[in-house]
Parts: sequence; C-alpha cells; structure tokens
Amino acid sequence: MDMFDLSLIWALIIGFGIMMYVLMDGFDLGLGILFPFAPDEDARDVMMNSVAPVWDGNETWLVLGGAGLLGAFPLVYSVFLPALYIGVFLMLAGLVFRGVAFELRFKSRKNRHWWNRAFCWGSSVAAFAQGAVVGTYIQGFETENFAYVGGAFDWLTPFTVLTGIGMMIGYALLGTTWLILKSEGYIQEWAYRLTPKLLVGVVMIFFAISLWTPFVNPVVWQRWFGNIEIIWILPGLATACMALLVMSIRQRRELLPFLSTLGIFLFTYLGLVVSKWPVIVPPNYTIWDAASAPESQLFLLIGVLFVIPIILTYTAWTYWVFRGKVKVGEGYH
Amino acid sequence: MELDPLVLSRIQFAFVVSFHAIFPVFTIGLASYIALLHGLFYKTENPAWERLAVFWTKVFAVVFGMGVVSGIVMSFQFGTNWSNFSQAAANFLGPVLSYEVVTAFFLEAAFLGVLLFGRGKVPQGVHLFAAIMVAIGTFISTFWILSANSWMHTPAGVEFTDNSFYVVSWMEAIFNPSFPYRFGHMALASFITGGFVVAGVSAWYLLQGRDVDANKRALSMCLWLLLILTPAQALMGDFHGLNTLEYQPTKVAAMEGNWETREGVPLLLFALPDQEAQENRFEVGIPKLASLILTHDLDGEVPGLNEVAVEEQPPVSIVFWAFRVMVGLGFLMIAVSLAGLVLRRGGRVYEHRGFLQLLRVMSVTPFIAVLAGWIVTEAGRAPWLVYGIMTHAEGLTPSLTGGMALFTLLGYIAVYGVVFYAGVYYLTRVVRNGMVPKEEERLIDEVERPMRPWSATHIPFDDDPAPAERS
Ligand code: HDD
Ligand code: HEM
Ligand code: HEM
Repeated sequence: MDMFDLSLIWALIIGFGIMMYVLMDGFDLGLGILFPFAPDEDARDVMMNSVAPVWDGNETWLVLGGAGLLGAFPLVYSVFLPALYIGVFLMLAGLVFRGVAFELRFKSRKNRHWWNRAFCWGSSVAAFAQGAVVGTYIQGFETENFAYVGGAFDWLTPFTVLTGIGMMIGYALLGTTWLILKSEGYIQEWAYRLTPKLLVGVVMIFFAISLWTPFVNPVVWQRWFGNIEIIWILPGLATACMALLVMSIRQRRELLPFLSTLGIFLFTYLGLVVSKWPVIVPPNYTIWDAASAPESQLFLLIGVLFVIPIILTYTAWTYWVFRGKVKVGEGYH
Repeated sequence: MELDPLVLSRIQFAFVVSFHAIFPVFTIGLASYIALLHGLFYKTENPAWERLAVFWTKVFAVVFGMGVVSGIVMSFQFGTNWSNFSQAAANFLGPVLSYEVVTAFFLEAAFLGVLLFGRGKVPQGVHLFAAIMVAIGTFISTFWILSANSWMHTPAGVEFTDNSFYVVSWMEAIFNPSFPYRFGHMALASFITGGFVVAGVSAWYLLQGRDVDANKRALSMCLWLLLILTPAQALMGDFHGLNTLEYQPTKVAAMEGNWETREGVPLLLFALPDQEAQENRFEVGIPKLASLILTHDLDGEVPGLNEVAVEEQPPVSIVFWAFRVMVGLGFLMIAVSLAGLVLRRGGRVYEHRGFLQLLRVMSVTPFIAVLAGWIVTEAGRAPWLVYGIMTHAEGLTPSLTGGMALFTLLGYIAVYGVVFYAGVYYLTRVVRNGMVPKEEERLIDEVERPMRPWSATHIPFDDDPAPAERS
C-alpha cells in the first residue's frame, strides 16, 4: 500500500470534484443571481430552460464532494462544517429553495413571482456562502487537537464578505457568458452588454483580494513573494483568459466568452490551491494529517474510480443532447 | 434559561432525518410497484397496467424530488452537529455513506431519466429494464444507509483506539448483527407503505367512480400484497426484537416498560412510565406474555432497566409509547388486510363504501408507524450514539453553542415547512387530476426535456392562468 500515496490520489480526486462543482453549478447559480435583472419574463424562461436539463446533475457533485470528504479527509469535514455552521445552513437552505423553485416555477402561473424570488434568493445566498467558504479557507481555522474551537461567526469577516461577493459576481459572469452561448436576439444582446461590467467587478475584487490576503495570511504571502516564481504562471494565465474574454466579446463570439470565463475560474482556483498546498485545514493540518485510515481510503477508491468515468460520460452526453440555442416559448412550461 | 446544544442538536437531527425518511420509505415501495406494473404491461399488453404505471410514475417523480433535496441536507448533518462523531467514525461511515451516494448517482445517471421520460422513445423492454433498475437502485441505497445506522446500534468489525474506529473487517462491519433484521423490517415497511398508499388512492378513485377498471385491479393487487406483508412484518418485528434483546437489552426493557429484571413479566397494554420514580403508573397488562414472547417461556427472565445506571437509561416513556403506536398500527393493518380478504367474496371490496373510506384513512398509517419505529430504535439507543462506545455528548460538535443550534433548528423547520407544504399541495393536485387519457399523454410527451424529476408531471401548481404576466 506504500507504493502509492493514497492521500495524494484522494486530494486530486476531491480537488477535481470541487472544481467540477464550481464550474458546473457556477453558471446556473449565476443565472439565478441575474434573474431579477433580466429584461422580461420570456428571458427568464429562456434562462431557466437553458440550465433546466443539467442543474440536477451539476449539484450531485456537491453531494459526492461532501461524502467523499468524510470518507477520505474526515478532518476537513469535521472542521469546515462546524466552523461554517451558519453558512452551511444558509447554503443548504438556498439550495433547497432553488431546487424546488426550478420544479414549481414552470408549473405556477399565479404564484410565479414567488418562485422567481425563491430562485434568485436561493442562488444568491448559496453563491455567497460558497465564496465565504473560500475566504475562510484563506483565513484559516482556529483548531486545537484536531477540532474546531473558534466561534460561530469567525467565518463572517470583512474579508470573507468580500470573497462572498466576489463569488457572486464571478458566478454571474459565468451565467452571462453561458447565456451568450445558449440564447439569441435581445436576450443574447443583454448578456453581451452585461458581461464587461461584471468582468470589471471581478477584476476589482480579484485585486482587492490579492492585496488583502497578505494581511490575512502571511504564509500565503511568503509563498508568492518568497522565491517560487513558477507559480506566477497561474495568475498570468488567468489574466490572459480575461483578455481573451474582452476580445471575444468585442468580436461577438459565442462559445469563446464562456470558455475563457471557465479559464479564469480554473486558473484562479489552481492559484488558490498552490498557495496552500499541501495544507488542507489551514493553518495546521496537511492532507496527510487530515486523511482517514489507508484501508478506508482504498476501499472507497475502488468504487469511486469505477463510477466517476460513468458520471463524466453521462454528463457529457446530456450536454450534447441539449446543445444549441434555447428559444423563447420553447421547452416546457 | 440555558440553551443546551446537545438537546437541540438531537431534536434537529431527529427532525431533518424524519422529514427525509418520509419520502424514501414511500419511493422504495413505489419503485418496485411501478416496475411490477411495467412488467405486467409487458407481458399482457393490457393498457390498464400502462395507465396505472404512468400515473404512479408521476407521483413517484414528485416524491423522489423531495427525497433528493432533503437528502442533500442530511449529508451535511453529521459534520455540522456531530463533528466529533464524524471524525471518530469516518473510517467506516465515510466509505459507506459515499457508497450510497455513488450508487444513487449510478442509478440516477443511468436509469431514472429513461424511466421518467423514455416512454415511447425507447423500446418497451428497455423501459421495463430501467424501471427494474430504479427499483433495485433504491434498495442498494437502503442497504448502505441501514448498514451505517445498524452499525451504530451494534458496532462490529472495528477497533476503537485513539478516539477513532479502525475497520478490521469490512464484512463484519457492513453485515453487523442487527443489520439483516433492520434491513428486512425496513424493506417490508416500504412495501407496506407503498401498498397502503396505492390502495388508499385507488379506493378514493373508486368512491368517485373514476377509472373503475384500472383502479379495481390496483386495489385488488395491493390487498393481496398487504395480506401477505402485514403478518410478515409482525413476524419480522418479532425477530428484530429478539435480536435487540441480545445486543441492546436496555432498549427492550424500555419498550416493555420493565424496570426490574425478573421472571414472568407481563405484556403491558397501558402504563405511564415514571422515570424519576423508576416505576410505572396505571399498569394494565397481560400476565407473563412478555416473558413468553421474548424468551418463549412463561416464566422466562427478562432484563430490566435496573441493569444499567439511571443516567444510562433511554427516555422510557418515549420508547414505550412509540413502540405501542407502531405495533398497534401493525395489528390494525393486519386486521384491515383480513377484512379485505373477507369482503372479496362477491366482489364487495370494490363497492363497500365504509371499507373504501377506511382504506383512504389507512394510507397515512404506515408513515406514522415508520416514524414511530425509528423513534423506538433511535431514542432507545440513548444515551449511546455508537452503542456502548460513544455517547451523544461525546459525539457532539465541541464548538457548537445553544444559540447556533436553535437558529438552525428553527431555520430547518421554516424551510421544510414551506417545501413540504408546496410539495404536498402539488401532490394532491396530481392525484386529483388522476389518470390522463392516453391521447393527451402522447401530446405532452412531444415537448419533453429529461433530467429533472418533477418534469415527469405536467399538472400546473395553481390555476388561474394569467397570460398578462408573461409578456
Ligand atoms: C431507508 C432508506 C433511507 C434512509 C434511512 C436514508 N435515506 Fe437518503 N435516500 C434514500 C434512502 C434512505 C433513497 C430512496 O435512496 C433516496 C430518496 C430519494 C432519492 O433520491 O434517493 C435518498 C436520497 C438521499 C440523498 C440524495 C441523493 C441524490 O442526490 O440522489 C442523500 C444525499 C441522502 N439520501 C443522504 C441520506 C443520509 C445522510 C441519511 C441518514 C442519516 C439518509 N439519507 C437516510
Ligand atoms: C430514516 C429514518 C430515520 C429516522 C426516522 C431516524 C430518527 C431518529 C430520531 C427520532 C432520533 C432522535 C433520538 C433521540 O435523540 O432521542 C435519531 C437520532 C440519531 N440518528 Fe436516526 N433516524 C433515521 C435514520 C438514521 C440513519 C440512517 C442514521 C445514520 C446513518 C441515523 C443516525 C442518527 C444519529 C447520529 C442520531 C443521534 C442524534 C440524536 O440523538 O438525535 N439515523 N434518529
Ligand atoms: C406488528 C408488529 C411489529 C413488531 C413486533 C415490530 C417490532 C419492531 C422492533 C422490536 C423494532 C425496534 C428495533 C430495534 O431494537 O432497534 C422496530 C423498529 C421499526 N419498525 Fe417495527 N414492528 C412491527 C410493525 C411495524 C410496522 C407495521 C412498521 C411500518 C410499516 C414498522 C416499522 C418500523 C421501523 C421503520 C423501525 C425502525 C427501523 C428498525 O430498527 O428496523 N414496524 N419494530
């Protein structure tokens, strides 16, 4: 068993799972955040229809992430969740409302505006809570003897509020670029107009976070401005993706804006990971401290390695089946 | 008043898990029923079976959707409120719960979409196959979660060192001593739930004279099924209780309201257990019957609550009464099934209005029995979280305060209140609408998009189409 480092394999799997979740659920949460600003009710129909066939699958990555963490890195599970107790509740409540709104909005007529609201608030709260998780992760946790000992609102600081809002704007950006891909006519035009504004917001928050982080966490500062230069390639690539986004919007391209936004997220995410690696429960515990027993990691690995390819194939297939534009009045109500 | 995070967390856990449990217990039974209907249609080509299958698939879709959203909440509960327990038991619980997710994924990914939306798009055989796979999938899911739960009642196959459990034998841990009984009892409970709900709804349609042919068939099928299953459940429950007597004697003592170890213990029909005085008030019982049931000997010795310290006793009245609710309903169910058999002579079951009304009411009883059963099991385990090894207090999240726990408890009650109201309201509309004639169904199928469970139904959530709002 010493031949492979199971914890390392698991870190890669979980890292991949979280990234899949952020990229995939991100754009549908983003559409929820943008819901109140949509030009009209038809546009809202199109927005919802464009994610209707896939959002359920997107969210299952979250469940897999939660259970997978308990199986492979129980310490993460048993520190993050108590530390973010209230935030986790808000996120779950948001996701529940959103899930139900998805189903019932189409079936309501008289009460539709209530489901619109539930959808928007659910999405916004869930996105904010997820951003706050990232902020808390950068900040670190007060732990003692492998348990969280901080207070109920340690996760809610000006810094995490900033990362929370950043996540909302970022998801909204994923949402508009997705909409550019999936819609046409005045709805697409609306998305084109909104994208640069959101990008400006993302860039500003990006900078603010970068400047602020050293005050929040000196270790991260050390890693970036110590002597490891190679990691600078990640923010470099993220910036390149931003440039690509601006260019592709100018040229009114359809697929490229979405892809470059995914790129921005991907490289920022990787940047965050390398800032901390191999610490997984900052500041004290590495992936090896947080790991479950090797026999448990191995037992679970067998099942997961078998199922992930199936999920990926199936996911790709659904996206393929539902490719193409969503038109006004199409789909079901 | 000091808010106790322990008590609040227990209430919260009990609330969210009970809420969640209502849905699976129904979908598990219903999935098998739907597969059966598809099988019958496949074999006999009788369209009545198909219409029934289509209708119940709609109901299934809604209930399944509620199961999913409440399930997502469940998967975070262990970490938020029971982090010490999660940390300690992760080596076993983590893989087992993940396997549940992974198998649920597998099921959802491959077959649910085909079952809900594949009619007319895939060959009939494939559709039947998908229905069977969904039914099997719900059982795989039940298997893992009950294994996890049973292990907490009768831990096996693990070593407890340094405050953590290490698995030494996966076989022994997964197939722990109480698991086969709990799985069997729960599987029967799911079938019984499905049976009584379908019977109740069919009876309601028959009372209104709607779709008489199809509903007669459904009702007759359910009644045969229940005639076999309800006594089987009592038997299974007896085995389960004997297993509990072996591994958790204190729980059995609480169920029987037996304070002292003694011989020739009566079966109590009524009593008000008084934990402080360690005795019962107003006892009414049948002499020696409990000894007979538990030891198969009229003068057999039955362990009492005095075997353990007072602090290690479970809340006796809760366990005592929940047990009586479950068993009482169990016998009521047997009686109703027998009445159905008697009324079959001359086909009176389909016309006897009193009986049909009774069946309508009976459709809620399995849910009550199931929740009561879980309360017996779970409250009877107190104060242990992992029986004999870790208490609730030791498993609690150390940083949790009473205020935090109260906030989320009220929050979950509010969220679930809204969701449950919307879900049940919508479900009653689906049932009111009944079975749509075949032609209409086909039309609706044309504009379909798969994936989301509820899109399997098309009934509006409210009436009053206000077209003005849509411009
Ligand atoms: C006896 C059966 C049973 C019991 C005791 C539980 N569940 Fe469950 N659960 C199911 C049977 C089930 C199911 C039948 O498989 C569901 C219902 C609807 C569905 O999607 O699958 C489900 C759904 C479901 C989901 C959604 C899966 C998805 O995305 O499809 C999650 C995350 C959980 N459950 C988690 C839990 C946890 C953490 C439990 C206990 C603490 C629990 N369940 C008790
Ligand atoms: C699905 C049906 C279930 C129902 C209705 C149910 C019900 C309950 C109830 C009523 C309690 C409270 C007992 C008390 O505090 O006195 C409880 C406790 C608990 N149950 Fe279950 N349970 C179910 C399944 C499970 C499963 C599958 C697991 C684990 C895998 C589990 C784990 C726990 C834990 C950890 C507690 C302790 C917290 C507490 O005491 O409230 N339960 N459950
Ligand atoms: C009629 C006679 C019945 C008997 C003798 C019986 C017996 C029992 C016993 C002894 C337990 C506790 C197991 C433990 O120690 O943990 C139990 C639990 C339970 N019962 Fe029953 N039961 C009966 C009927 C029913 C019915 C009709 C239902 C539902 C339709 C039901 C559903 C449950 C459930 C869900 C549990 C909790 C899960 C478990 O531990 O299996 N029971 N039953």
